Amino acid sequence: MNHYDPVIYSRMLTAITLAFHIIFATIGVGIPMFIALAEWMGIKRKDPHYLLMARRWARGYTITVAVGVVTGTAIGLQLSLLWPSFMQVAGQSIALPLFMETFAFFIEAIFLGIYLYTWNRFKNPMQHFLLLIPVVIGSSGSAFFITCVNAFMNTPRGFNIAENGKLTDIQPLVAMFTASMPTKVAHVLVTAYVTAAFILGAMSAMALLKGRNHVYYKKALKVTMVAGLIFSLATILIGDLSGKYLAAYQPEKLAAGEWHFETERQAPLIVGGVIDREHNIRYALRIPFALSILAHGLPNSEVIGLNETPKELQPPLWIHYMFDLMVSIGMLLFVIGVWFVIAVRKRKRASGDVKPLNKYLLSLIIVGAPLSVLSIEAGWIYTEVGRQPWILVGFMKTAEGATKSGQVDIMLWLFVALYFVLGLSSALILRRMFKNNPAEEELKSLKGV
Amino acid sequence: MSYEILGITVLWIFLYGYLIVASVDFGAGFYSFFSVLTGKRHKIHPIIERYLTPVWEVTNVFLVFFFVGIIGFFPETAYYYGTSLLVPGSIAIILLAVRGVYYVFSQYGNRNNKFYMFLYGVSGLLIPASLSTVLTLSEGGYITETNGVVSLDYHKLFTSGYSWSVVVLAIVSVLYISAMFLSYYAGKAQDEGALHILRRYALFWAIPTILSSLWVFFAIRQHNLEHFNKMVDNAWFFIASFICYAIAVYLVWKPGKLRFSFLFVMLQYFFAFFGYGKSHLPYLLVPYLTVHDHFTNHAMALALIIVFLLGLVVLVPSLYLLLRLFLFDAQYVRGKYSKK
Ligand code: HDD
Ligand code: HEM
Ligand code: HEM
Repeated sequence: MNHYDPVIYSRMLTAITLAFHIIFATIGVGIPMFIALAEWMGIKRKDPHYLLMARRWARGYTITVAVGVVTGTAIGLQLSLLWPSFMQVAGQSIALPLFMETFAFFIEAIFLGIYLYTWNRFKNPMQHFLLLIPVVIGSSGSAFFITCVNAFMNTPRGFNIAENGKLTDIQPLVAMFTASMPTKVAHVLVTAYVTAAFILGAMSAMALLKGRNHVYYKKALKVTMVAGLIFSLATILIGDLSGKYLAAYQPEKLAAGEWHFETERQAPLIVGGVIDREHNIRYALRIPFALSILAHGLPNSEVIGLNETPKELQPPLWIHYMFDLMVSIGMLLFVIGVWFVIAVRKRKRASGDVKPLNKYLLSLIIVGAPLSVLSIEAGWIYTEVGRQPWILVGFMKTAEGATKSGQVDIMLWLFVALYFVLGLSSALILRRMFKNNPAEEELKSLKGV
Repeated sequence: MSYEILGITVLWIFLYGYLIVASVDFGAGFYSFFSVLTGKRHKIHPIIERYLTPVWEVTNVFLVFFFVGIIGFFPETAYYYGTSLLVPGSIAIILLAVRGVYYVFSQYGNRNNKFYMFLYGVSGLLIPASLSTVLTLSEGGYITETNGVVSLDYHKLFTSGYSWSVVVLAIVSVLYISAMFLSYYAGKAQDEGALHILRRYALFWAIPTILSSLWVFFAIRQHNLEHFNKMVDNAWFFIASFICYAIAVYLVWKPGKLRFSFLFVMLQYFFAFFGYGKSHLPYLLVPYLTVHDHFTNHAMALALIIVFLLGLVVLVPSLYLLLRLFLFDAQYVRGKYSKK
């Protein structure tokens, strides 16, 4: 156990950096969309409440962007530091989207800088709004490109390996647009929007729950939750397509995630439970036919089992829980969205706008925010660990890609400390920022204008 | 121009861009901190802040562009540098992270927190020192490959005169470039109080700048004679650089002439940096990597170059807009717009 193995430490360090980055990256992709939505509504409806919303969200966003940028830079460098052999191959074959990603960052960074510091510089508010479009395109674009890289790791295409190990016949575009790209990109983008919706919605819900009944919060809650409902429906639909993709291209990942061992028709979906060495499953909920439907859309279709994959190439079975966690949260978010819309409609019919929203609903919206982040983490862990033991499926094992350097363990502790400090201080700063400067105060000053 | 030369030139241009914008940023952080210590903060801080807030993220992207680009164009660099740089690279990442994040935090959180200012100021000198080490390593002799294991000889690195000369040049340059820029900016803002202080900094650092450049020259001669000889063959770059230096210092020294001073600082570093780069070729890492033998495949090179050209079409106007709004807009520079 005491033997130093750089592979283990490299994996841990990569996993921790990504797990930390993804929180801020997801927020970074999702929030600009909502800032844009709010500013647009504010301009179109000539409603200063929405404009204030855009401003306040943008202000919080600068903090998360800062953490996203520095942790992103860390990953970018760490990929070379920890996975030099992998990056050597990746540089030959998948450098194109990585390179495009930097342009997306560039555009995002430039226009975000301009946007944040030019609230009062243009006569026509539309001009200021337009500055946000490149930010939205840049952040969603960077998610698109980086996810193309991740898709390539799952279904590497667009090159051949010659006898001597050299890569030949490289086709950068083929490598970029692989089989797992469409569902992956779509799912990643849509879940980023869901997460942003719940995070922003939770802030308003929190104010309302504390009895701060300003219409500002109601408007904010409505925008975010209606969008949240739409995006969570899209999440489920695209998640279903992701399942179909897995069944076709990475059946071992699906099978390990679902504890599905024998290839069979009418496969049930196993939810929860515990499994022993002999693969006996206890305490699980079995939904008949559901796995066949997830995999191919028909209850009678055949789903490949894990036993078809050689033992040493099977991913670990615990990813089952990651899948379940992600899907349960996905369903819950959708239910919350539906409940909210129904509640708002009912209240309208009943009594105008007097009755406050149900406090259980508000509480659910609040927990929806951390849950959606948890779901992002679970989803990534599922897909990344489910790819093991491969780093490039079929071509390179994770252990072959890692550095042979001697000090990865010390670096791991250094970074753990760094993320701990960054995480804690960004949370504190954000809290202080919104606490010391409540929307009510800013609304008062608006009236003065 | 062959693809590989085009590729390395593009990357070198972006590294040059990073050198300039990051030096301004790093030095400004240090001066901010220094001004707290000397009780002059209220005089120069507003100028520094007005320039830095909108651009710090852009600065970072220049660096990202360089290291993502070099792996695209020269994938083997990932293997050699990646393996050997684990520790210094990680330390640089941590410093960059601390610096970037605490800058933003101090903007929105506790503005006068001395500890934040300290972190921010000191990291501004440590980062250039650690990043410049990569250039030192590229001269060869520090990174070795034996039996397929790439490793870095720390003892040699820390005891070699050449590596220290590069570190000193990096730090001095940061302070010089940034003071020169801030003088220019203060002049534009017509902020006499700040200008008075910043000009003194700029002139003060002008002398060490030239001395440490000479030191690097001679240290290279000791360390890598072949490179030194090639630098002598390309001497006109360095002569041009020196002339630009003289003009820049003169413009700052003589009152009322600031307008083009920073342009000449940029040219000074442009010539020196490209003279150094050109004579470094064909090596990316002596003796293991050259631009010719370790270039990426043809298809990827073409794709990257096309993307790069398309990217420029979007990038250049955007950067221009940024500069126009925050650097060339006299109203903004003078702080005439309300904040946020
Ligand atoms: C808010 C976050 C969130 C929610 C609610 C869901 N997912 Fe998800 N899921 C992700 C966040 C996510 C993710 C983080 O975006 C992943 C990780 C890698 C990826 O491509 O997307 C992912 C991956 C992922 C994969 C693996 C894809 C692959 O490896 O290529 C499948 C099969 C699903 N999801 C299916 C679902 C289903 C059926 C859901 C039904 C509710 C669902 N997800 C909800
Ligand atoms: C799209 C971009 C991503 C890329 C290019 C990527 C790349 C990698 C690489 C190179 C490794 C190391 C090799 C391996 O163990 O498989 C890895 C592992 C891992 N990544 Fe990802 N990753 C991405 C996204 C994420 C995200 C966002 C998360 C976290 C939430 C994540 C979680 C993990 C985990 C948990 C491991 C460790 C797997 C293990 O220990 O078995 N990945 N990833
Ligand atoms: C799916 C996973 C990922 C998503 C959605 C994502 C998205 C983002 C976003 C949006 C930012 C900028 C933060 C902001 O400005 O808002 C960012 C920063 C960054 N990301 Fe990630 N990222 C992911 C994974 C990765 C991976 C695996 C890498 C490594 C190659 C990476 C490299 C970077 C870099 C280098 C930056 C900093 C860019 C800068 O300095 O502006 N990201 N990422």
